[in-house]
Amino acid sequence: MQAEAEVVLDMRGISKSFPGVKALDNVQLSLKKGSVMALMGENGAGKSTLMKILFGMYSRDSGTITLDGQDVQFDSALDALENGVTMIHQELAPILHRSVAENIWLGREPVKGPLGLVDHDKMWADSQNLLRSLDLDMDPKKRMCELTVAQMQMVEIAKAISYNARIIIMDEPTSSLTDKEVKHLFEIIRRLKEEGVSIVYISHKMDEIFQICDEITVFRDGQYISCVYSRDTSQSELINMMVGRELKDMFVRESHHIGEPMLTVHKLTLEGKFHNVSFSVRKGEIFGIAGLVGAGRTELIETIFGVNQKSSGTIFVDGKEVDIPSPSTAIEHGMALLTEDRRQTGLSLMLSVEDNGCIANIDNYINKFKLLDLVRLRKETREECQKIRVKTPSMSTPIGNLSGGNQQKVLLARWLLTQPEILFLDEPTRGIDVGAKAEIYKLVSQLAAQGKTVIMVSSEMPELLGLCDRIMVMHDGKAKGILSHEEASQETIMDIALN
Amino acid sequence: MSNPALSTGGQHLSTDEKKVLIKSIISKYGIYFVFLGLVLFMSIMHPAFLTVNNILNIIRQVTSIGLIALGVTIIIITRGIDLSSGSVLALVSVIAASLAQNPDWGARMYPALPMLPIVVPIVVGLAIGALCGGINGFFVAKTGIPPFIATLGMMIVARGAAMIYSDGRPVSSLTPEYNFIGQGEILGIPFPVILFAIMAVLCYILLNHTRFGKYVYAIGGNEQAAHVSGINVGKYKILVYILGGVMSALAALVLSARISSGQPGLGNMFELDAIAAATIGGVSHSGGIGTIQGTVVGALIIGVLNNGLDLLNVSAYWQMVIKGVIIVAAVVFDMRKNARKS
Ligand SMILES: Nc1ncnc2c1ncn2[C@@H]1O[C@H](COP(=O)(O)OP(=O)(O)OP(=O)(O)O)[C@@H](O)[C@H]1O
Ligand SMILES: [Mg+2]
Repeated sequence: MQAEAEVVLDMRGISKSFPGVKALDNVQLSLKKGSVMALMGENGAGKSTLMKILFGMYSRDSGTITLDGQDVQFDSALDALENGVTMIHQELAPILHRSVAENIWLGREPVKGPLGLVDHDKMWADSQNLLRSLDLDMDPKKRMCELTVAQMQMVEIAKAISYNARIIIMDEPTSSLTDKEVKHLFEIIRRLKEEGVSIVYISHKMDEIFQICDEITVFRDGQYISCVYSRDTSQSELINMMVGRELKDMFVRESHHIGEPMLTVHKLTLEGKFHNVSFSVRKGEIFGIAGLVGAGRTELIETIFGVNQKSSGTIFVDGKEVDIPSPSTAIEHGMALLTEDRRQTGLSLMLSVEDNGCIANIDNYINKFKLLDLVRLRKETREECQKIRVKTPSMSTPIGNLSGGNQQKVLLARWLLTQPEILFLDEPTRGIDVGAKAEIYKLVSQLAAQGKTVIMVSSEMPELLGLCDRIMVMHDGKAKGILSHEEASQETIMDIALN
Repeated sequence: MSNPALSTGGQHLSTDEKKVLIKSIISKYGIYFVFLGLVLFMSIMHPAFLTVNNILNIIRQVTSIGLIALGVTIIIITRGIDLSSGSVLALVSVIAASLAQNPDWGARMYPALPMLPIVVPIVVGLAIGALCGGINGFFVAKTGIPPFIATLGMMIVARGAAMIYSDGRPVSSLTPEYNFIGQGEILGIPFPVILFAIMAVLCYILLNHTRFGKYVYAIGGNEQAAHVSGINVGKYKILVYILGGVMSALAALVLSARISSGQPGLGNMFELDAIAAATIGGVSHSGGIGTIQGTVVGALIIGVLNNGLDLLNVSAYWQMVIKGVIIVAAVVFDMRKNARKS
């Protein structure tokens, strides 16, 4: 480590209330030049809120922000950008039907000529240079919606870097990236550090924190807990600070009885996405699907669930061949799908926590007058949310006001409410804090113990290895092989994927 | 509270939190305050304003627009729009009226037609409304063309059809039973007012207590998420537009019965007044947000404005200017309510 560097950013005594919540209570954060500060805490601890205050998106109730020794107050994101602060947001908001380049230069398009027309050639060229300098292999003329979620995220990162900022806030930048891209991002971060850029790095992934961060600030329930050098602390100490209690094993595999085949897929194909995939999952089994982004995992389970129409192949549920033209049929067959991209296919941001939670289960609350039994609906939705510890001021709060991790938990509650026999989970712990992760793992193994079938797509190897009875490895739209719990390891999986 | 995860924390609110709370209450109930303020203002300005008769009068005057606004509220919550309401109203009015003409009237449309029971024009009228709405819904749901375009087409077609059907002339001399829909009273309360109240309550129940209602909000909130949650989005969209058509048909019955004549030019620009009422009432055009009670208040605000400005002898031209300003102001107010920055 270099000698004590100068402090570029100092936030002190920051408080912020929203209706019904005190999101931040007298917290502080101090960032040194050319260093990476991790900001950690459970879902809803106030991390994103503090960063949005810094970035001028929220106004603070009290406190001071000092940038290079001067008190500042940003009234808008534009203000922050002009003062060398940029942010990669936790929730992506790309303009899907515009090109990569247009997204990157949005709001500062290069212009030419007396009329101030947009200089498209320069825009393409600049994008090309930017992407190349970051070793990103991407066509800037492609529309955003043609990219994978991971690629969109990399574009977002490139965009933030293109402002040549002194301070970059990264709010869970890796939540939709795979190992390869994470490595790539870390290389970029190291380079930025050398150039003297300071970074605030928010993540729930412990190993990342220890790899890339110099210091760690911990919040709990809107309060500042402490700030430590990452070389001076350990994972368990950190967890302790975050959750305020000891967390024992992350993966508790309850003994579960594996029964009859529940879901069998035979030579399923979706043209252009995956080919001839066959597998069979039993009752009480946790079945993982591993692979790199673009391997066709999401498409595979979405096709089984009726979101996409299969090109060929057959699906059997409980021994009977079924035809699943739409998600509603899938739900009738006892399936549930927690989708990968919660913004696009999960949340209705302006609707309440309750409405988001109950929507897949409405049919169960119709009484004999064809009206909804709202009392029972409210009670059960509320209980399910409590069971997985959703943190919200009330059930009628718009879900957009919850922290990212808590939004994810509400979506999980949505599907648990339907009491599915076959539960598909696509990146279920994305953006969820350690404590909640452990709870979700526990829940999954309990479901299996009850004889339910769980199929889990994940890019987090440890959770697949820790939880699954068997793991299918996919690569480039093909199922490359299936490993048992005992056989599976990081190496065997990579081996199979790349052979 | 029993559960720590859902509790708000301390019982004592700090001043900061109180400020936030007050702000949120004002923004939530703002439109009701505006309405009360308006009523108060009018009552002070003119003694005749706050009388039972005048109030019933106001409500009766807004029933047609109010009925349409109920339907269009639900449509807008799904992120749609309906521009055809006024034209559908005209078409239904001439068709229903042609089936309810006095048998002894010389210029009847169907001279050979016997006196039909009152349910015939009503049922046929509602069916025409449902058909028009169904066509709107079909195009929106099945072809994916924007609702603005689909209903713009219907707006022009239905108006033309009304002209063709009636040959551009009013269809007059209607039976007393039919006229009752628009002119009758029950216990001193005008029948249109009762009808409007019943429909408002039904729509309220529909939105808040049925599966249909939950799905409407879910579709407006995030259509893709609704689809993945097992909702048949297309079917519910069609139903929503059918409901819109039926509400326009009800408005047509009320209005034609009130003036005792079906007319192809009736209901001109009603769709815009109805959309304005819904919008003033807080329905968001980005979908997923809106309430029936808000829309009812929105319609009443329009009614109070019309009536009050008449009482105060404000010229019709100035009334238009004032109404336009108030509509935009209400929406600006509403946008601030929904703004993310706090
Ligand atoms: N716009 C808002 N309106 C109301 N409440 C909000 C708003 N934004 C955040 N909150 C609340 O403030 C608290 C802190 O949220 P924040 O998003 O900062 O958490 P976080 O630490 O980033 O969590 P996560 O790890 O889940 O992203 C939460 O209780 C949340 O519900
Ligand atoms: Mg966050």
